Amino acid sequence: MTPAIALTGVRKRYDDFALHDIDLTLPRGQVMGLVGVNGAGKSTLLRLLMGLIRADGGEVEVLGQRLPQAQVAVKREIGYASDDMRLYRGQTLRWHMDFIRSVYPEWDEAYAQTLLKRFDLKPQQALRGFSHGQRVKALLLLIFARHPRLLLLDEPTTGLDPVARGEVLDAIADVLRDEGRSILFSSHNTADIEQIADSITFLHGGKVVASRDKESFLDRWRRIVCRGTATDALRALPGIASVRDSAPLVELKTGAFDDTTLPTLQAMGLSVESVEPMPLEDIFVTTVRGSHNA
Amino acid sequence: MRNELLLSPHSSVPMYAQIVEQVVAKVMSGAWQAGAPLPSIRELASDCQVSVITVKRAYLELERSGVIVTRHGKGSFVADALDATRGLATAEFDSQLQGLLDAAARLGMARNELLDRVGEAFDASPGASQSTTTSTDKGTTA
Repeated sequence: MTPAIALTGVRKRYDDFALHDIDLTLPRGQVMGLVGVNGAGKSTLLRLLMGLIRADGGEVEVLGQRLPQAQVAVKREIGYASDDMRLYRGQTLRWHMDFIRSVYPEWDEAYAQTLLKRFDLKPQQALRGFSHGQRVKALLLLIFARHPRLLLLDEPTTGLDPVARGEVLDAIADVLRDEGRSILFSSHNTADIEQIADSITFLHGGKVVASRDKESFLDRWRRIVCRGTATDALRALPGIASVRDSAPLVELKTGAFDDTTLPTLQAMGLSVESVEPMPLEDIFVTTVRGSHNA
Repeated sequence: MRNELLLSPHSSVPMYAQIVEQVVAKVMSGAWQAGAPLPSIRELASDCQVSVITVKRAYLELERSGVIVTRHGKGSFVADALDATRGLATAEFDSQLQGLLDAAARLGMARNELLDRVGEAFDASPGASQSTTTSTDKGTTA
């Protein structure tokens, strides 16, 4: 089966920013989390996939079809949510629901009702009275009730209070039941991504700095504290992304942890005090700092 | 029906290992009986709000230790009682073995030293002479 998303050598240049040679594949039925600082290129990437902007070069394939040629057909199958989507402030949520329903025959009114309840939204209220969180949830409701085969969600949980964030994650989790549906979402909140994504992509300075499945990603990163001194040989070990010295201890962060790591450290005269898995946020920050140094 | 497990994203135990532990606990307590179907990978992922790949990994681990069996196209089931008991004991052994290895690593213990210590402890334990005899017996009778 063709992947939900396939990017090969995609480039896009602006005056002050560029995406460089992006290669990225999202198999169908999977969830990919996109992590990056502001200005890393996350939104640009999502807009390319939605056909809102055109790549300068490379190939963009979405749901097996080439963009921009198949743009119109593909857009119907995509649910795209971002900050720049506007709802009509003077109209009610119900008016918006009826509008989407008239355009998309796939509209699932029963599921829309479930989401109304879960998101605690009032369908008869005009959008101008909605808080930021309610507007985000309203937009997601309008998208999710269409059951699009590909969801492109740009920071869906940013600016939401913890309760609303939980409600949105709950709705995203509903999508996991269907093996034909895929999600690409970006977030500042790495905890959201760590929890629900099958694969993780780090974007930095318009480049993909890492992209792999989450389980092996988390497995390979460890923070190790040893007794001993940091030598150049230690810093030169493959996978070592950070070394901090605070006599008598040395702290290492490695992205290539395996069975041989601890024996190697011992052979260098270090005695291992503790080995901990690292949260995604720490892995991200360490990777980005490493790419600056490289 | 929701098949919620009680998972914590803040635990130092990785998510997949928490799923393994809790399925094992359900099987041991009899809440999930031999032959009972498990929720599908996607159902469980959706209900627990964790990624599909994480549940997949947990199920593979449970399969490898014999706690569950997966029949192609039919899904996963709790293994028959005997296999499950043995599977649980094996899982317990593996986790204790890992703990031993971790402790040895912290001491900077070399492979030979570790093996010697395990050998000595085995010989000194009450059940040891019997099981060594059994294995020699097997050699002579077979």
